[in-house]
This record gives sequence, C-alpha cells and structure tokens, in this order.
Amino acid sequence: MTDQITGAESLVRSMEHAGVDVVFGIPGGAILPAYDPLMDSKKVRHILVRHEQGAGHAAEGYAQATGRVGVCMATSGPGATNLVTPIADAYMDSVAMVAITGQVPSKAIGTDAFQEADIRGITMPITKHNFLVTDPNEIPRAIAEAFHIAGTGRPGPVLVDIAKDALQAMTTFEWPTVIDLPGYRPVTRPHSKQVREAARMIVEAKKPVLYVGGGIIKSRAHKELLQLAELTGIPVVTTLMARGAFPDSHPLHMGMPGMHGSVSAVGALQKSDLLITLGARFDDRVTGKLDSFAPDARIIHADIDPAEISKNRVADVPIVGDAKEVIADLIVALQTEHETGNVGDYAEWIDLLEHMRQTYPLGYDHPTDGTLAPQFVIERLGLIAGPEAIIAAGVGQHQMWAAQFIKYEIPATWLNSGGAGTMGYAVPAAMGAKVGRPEATVWAVDGDGCFQMTNQELVTCAINEIPIKVALINNSSLGMVRQWQTLFYESRYSNTDLHSHRIPDFVKLADAYGCHGLRCESPDDVDATIEKAMSLNDAPVVVDFVVNKDAMVWPMVAAGTSNDEIKVARDLAPKWDRED
Amino acid sequence: MDRHTLSVLVEDQPGVLARISALFSRRGFNIESLAVGPTEVEGVSRMTIVVNVDELPLEQVTKQLNKLINVLKIVELDPEAVQRELLLVKVKADMDSRSHVLETVTLFRAKVVDVATDSVTIEATGSRDKLQALLRVLEPFGIKELVQSGVVAIGRGSRSISDRSLRATDRPA
Repeated sequence: MTDQITGAESLVRSMEHAGVDVVFGIPGGAILPAYDPLMDSKKVRHILVRHEQGAGHAAEGYAQATGRVGVCMATSGPGATNLVTPIADAYMDSVAMVAITGQVPSKAIGTDAFQEADIRGITMPITKHNFLVTDPNEIPRAIAEAFHIAGTGRPGPVLVDIAKDALQAMTTFEWPTVIDLPGYRPVTRPHSKQVREAARMIVEAKKPVLYVGGGIIKSRAHKELLQLAELTGIPVVTTLMARGAFPDSHPLHMGMPGMHGSVSAVGALQKSDLLITLGARFDDRVTGKLDSFAPDARIIHADIDPAEISKNRVADVPIVGDAKEVIADLIVALQTEHETGNVGDYAEWIDLLEHMRQTYPLGYDHPTDGTLAPQFVIERLGLIAGPEAIIAAGVGQHQMWAAQFIKYEIPATWLNSGGAGTMGYAVPAAMGAKVGRPEATVWAVDGDGCFQMTNQELVTCAINEIPIKVALINNSSLGMVRQWQTLFYESRYSNTDLHSHRIPDFVKLADAYGCHGLRCESPDDVDATIEKAMSLNDAPVVVDFVVNKDAMVWPMVAAGTSNDEIKVARDLAPKWDRED
Repeated sequence: MDRHTLSVLVEDQPGVLARISALFSRRGFNIESLAVGPTEVEGVSRMTIVVNVDELPLEQVTKQLNKLINVLKIVELDPEAVQRELLLVKVKADMDSRSHVLETVTLFRAKVVDVATDSVTIEATGSRDKLQALLRVLEPFGIKELVQSGVVAIGRGSRSISDRSLRATDRPA
C-alpha cells in the first residue's frame, strides 16, 4: 500500500516531480500547511520575497531567462490578489508560470471567510487555465496538468488554488503517468501545404521582411531564424519581445519596429510587399493605425496560437505551428524552390532599407548643461556589460532606450514587460533571472518611478545572496508620461514630477537594504561607475544615475496614428524614399 | 450582423459555464441565448450558444473558445439544423376567453400544463418564429408571466458531432 501523507506533502512531492527547483513566495494562513513539508524538501528551494508581486515577477524573470516554468506561491485573499498583476503580465507576454495559492477551507468557500478571495474567478481572464482543488487526491494531477499547460504550446500562466483542508487531509501520492487533456492539443507541426505556399510567395516577393516576435525566443528558434535569413537574404525586424532573437550586429537586422522603432524597421514594414510573420501578433504598438499598416504587404503569419492568426490583420497564408518547426520546414521548402531556380532577388530592397538605416540611425543629443543623457548611460552599460549580460527593464522611457541602445546578440538576454507594460517589473524579474542563471551578470535597467514600486525585493536579493545590479535611470519623473505631456498636453506636467533627485536618497536606500549604493551625475564618470558596479559581486548594487529629465524617446509613432507619420524628432518626419 | 448557432462540447467541470460566458463578454460579444445540458457521453456537456456577430469576429471568438482547456469541440450549425426553444406562458383566461385561448393552443400544437380560475399556463416548443407567432396571438388575451429557455439545436442527418475526438485521450505526460 502507498504511504498515507498529507495533501501538503503531496503538493511538495508533486512540485519535485514536476522538476521545480525554485519557488518564490510568502506564507500565510491558508497556504501554511504547504510550507511545513516545503522546509524539508531537498530539491525545492523557496525564496521568501517581500511582496507577492515580487514573487510573480521573479517567477517570470526566472522563466524568461531559463526557458523553464517559473513558480510562485502565496496565501489566500490578499496574498493571491497581489499575484494578479504578474499573472496578467505573464499572460500578455506568454510567460510559462505556475502560481500556487492557498484557499480558505472548502466548507468556508463562498462565505466571505477571513482572507477569502475567489482567485480562480479573478484570474480566469488572465490565465491560460486555472484550478480550484478541494480534494487532496487531485493535487498531483492538478500540478502535473498545470505544468504541462504552462510550458507547452503558447506558454502562459496557470494558477492552482488549493483549499486549506485539502492540504491538511491525508491522501496517497501518485504522479500521473499520462496527461489526459482532451481539450488541449497544441499543434506544433505546421501544415506542409501552407509551408510550400509560403515558400513560393517568398521567392516571388520583391520586398519581403521577416517580422519576428517573442515566439522565436519562446521556442528557441534563433538558430533556424539566422539560417533562414542568411539562406534568403531577407531583412529582419525584431519586435520589443524579440530583441535578441536575431543578432543586432547582423547586416540583415533592420532594428526594432513599433511606436519607438527605428526608421529602417518601421519603413521596412510599411514599404514591404510580403511580411513573413513568425511568432509575432500585430500588436497595436507595432502596427500603429491598423488600416494603414503595411498597406502593400501580403501576409504569411505563423504562430503556435491559431487565435493570433488573422486577429488584427488577415493572413494570406496562415501557418499554425511552433516557430522552430515552421522555420525548419520553411528552409527545406525554400531550398527546393532554389534548386528549381526560383530564387528571390531582394538586392534593390536591401539597398533601400540600408539607405534608410544610414540616413536615420538611432541617436540622441547630449544635454548642453553638462547633465547626463539617459541614452548615453544605457548605451555605455550595454557595451560594458557585454552581450552575455541579462538586461531586465522596467516600463517607460528607460525601457525603450534599453531596447534601442543596448545591442542584443543572444536570445533571452532581454527581459521586459511588453504587453502589459507593468511598472515595477524590473527588480523582481532581474532577481528571478539571476536565480535561474546565477553565472550570468544580471542588470535591472529601471526608472525612478518603476523602482519605487517594487524595490523592496532588493532585501530579498541581499539576504538570499542574489547579487543583481540595478541601473536606476533617475530623471526624477514619470518620464514617458512626461514626454506625452510635453508633446500632447502643452507641457502641462500634471503629477509626473516625482522629486526623486531629492527624495529618496537612493544611495542611502541601497545601503539600508544591504546593497552597494553608487551615484553618477556626470558623463565623465559613467564608465568608471559601471565598471565599479561590475566589480562588486558580494551584494546587489544600485547605481543612481541622475539624468536629464527632458530627454525624449525618438523615433515615435504617436498612439493611434499611422506608421507613415513616424517622427525622428519633434516635428521632423523622415523621407522614406530616395526619390523624394 | 448574422445570427450564428454554435454547439460547444465541454468537459463537465465546475466553472466551465463562467469561463465561456465571460470569454464572450470580454471579447465584446453579446450572447443572445445559451442553453447547456448533458450529452450521450458521460462527463461531456453541450452548450448551444446563439450570437449575433459578423463572420470574422465569429472566427476569432471560436478560436478563443477553442483555447479554453475544458472546451472539446465547437461546431457551427447550419441554419437548416433543428432548433428548438421551450416556452411557458401564463395567459389570462376567464369564462369568456378560455375557449379562444384553448383554440390557439390546439392551433399551435402547444399544451395546457396548469389551469386556474382566471388563467391557463401553456407549454410550447418550437422554432423561435413559431413561438413568436404563438405569443402574438396570445398577447390580446393578456400575458401574466412568461419564461423561455435558450435555443437547443442539433444538426440534421445521421452524423453526430461527438462521434470521435472525444474519446482518444491517451497521450504521454
């Protein structure tokens, strides 16, 4: 007979069987039974965070940096609702995550019991799937299914809510050998007819673009992508979620498209006659005004999620499948076309884009008053930290500059909150990434607004010896909002001044949190300060870069306008064509 | 916008109705009618959902529905499918009007399921058009109370939408 164990022990054993090595969480009443056997686990390390939101983003950072499923844990009620933001974030950016929450005892469910919240109901629209477990015998199956669903197909967050009495009750443990989910069968293998059709269109096109998104990184299809680009000579644009999917140093890389994309990348999409869309989803920040997006382009759209295909832009050739398999098949189909003499000629097209790229490179001005340009700080950080370093950004101007001015060569070295735009993502995500990839240098590039939302996790980092580094781009304001106020609200700065050049003193704050605190205010000190931060590995480092607050992110496609209205600076539109 | 009837086979799990109705609402669709009940396969329920929506958004909502883990299969029924609703209506019927009411009941092949001194309760099943016609005729007598089920629908011919796909579930973990 199998041994009798508690539901809580069954949960810990289930996590061990699912291959969990790290859990980020905070205990509380309803989840308390699970924390007792967790203390004895030899395989699962629990990292006690300071706020559940930190646990959620840490799980995301871990997942994004390692490609494994990230795990976070919280108690019922407020513990669980504090996970809502990172769960929503993981849902938007397709991050594989399992959230385990305690729930009030099953008999108390629905009675407005102490610390009761219907977290399954709350997270229904922001999870790939969720479970409420009230029977201890169901725990192993729920956990097995949760990890399977989170990590396969289009990755996403799965929540398992377990009633306290199910954790306390006696049960037997049996790890399921088969996952029986008749309603969940993600298609990874593309349809060969569609792939052949795509190959035919590619060789016939004159102005094709590989428009690649986060799906390339999720499926680790970067090698295949490189091969495809080099086989065909087709230019590549990498979306915000795909930075690092294709080397920035590659001559075929035209940059990042979108609201703050480069002229060559936005121009490539607008002037294209064929978008080869791989693991990207025609997000509004990429397309601008949808009905004027890439007006002359036919669309090949490959995605593992059939619901993304033709959602925003109708696809001429829809391909459902995993990016890695789709590209591998596409390469074979293209080689067949090439063998019969059908080779695309894109020389003129590349020439035009190359001209755009050289005419309108990304750039910035140094402030005339001698203060620091934030772009300069970020650019130098990228160069000194090197392409192996992992960068986790917050949300706002610093995020866009970190996407623009740091050169990414390796997938999963760029982590950010793309879809949800969650301020406060950077510090906990960097923590999670460092736990998953302890050998890597991990920098959080954060703004002073974002940093003040989740910096309590520096304590977690200091105590648990997770030496992340934080480049605080301190412009004393909610910079991106301020930029919009400058451009669209006649410079009326309503509630965007954070006064953080004065309060708090971030160096003292770092010190109070057991971290190294450095400050840099002059361009001359930037390199030395970054190098100093790079040399400190015994504790987390926070560098307060006091930067000019008037710097703006350019280029810019204003929200709701056409990509054709892109500005490279205020009131300055690029000329698309050389004939102009 | 066109009227579409979807038959959705779902696992009979707690919360599945909430998942489906919430998905329609957050993707901006109004459900005109929804009916749910068991099927010939144990553990599988069938929902009949009627929506007013254009072709392209319908495709999108169908794909989104398919992503729900508990959804097994979605079939859009063609307009010729057998579609039925159930109607229960309490109509004023005193000594003077009762015979006229009963005549209407016979005419529509409905039946009387309860009688009081001043009213009768009528049960009728049929297509939406038939039931609306019945109500139009009953209206002048005075309708005291009315309740209607959602549409349930089934395709014509011998094929079943739950034939295969629901049973072959073995797959390694």
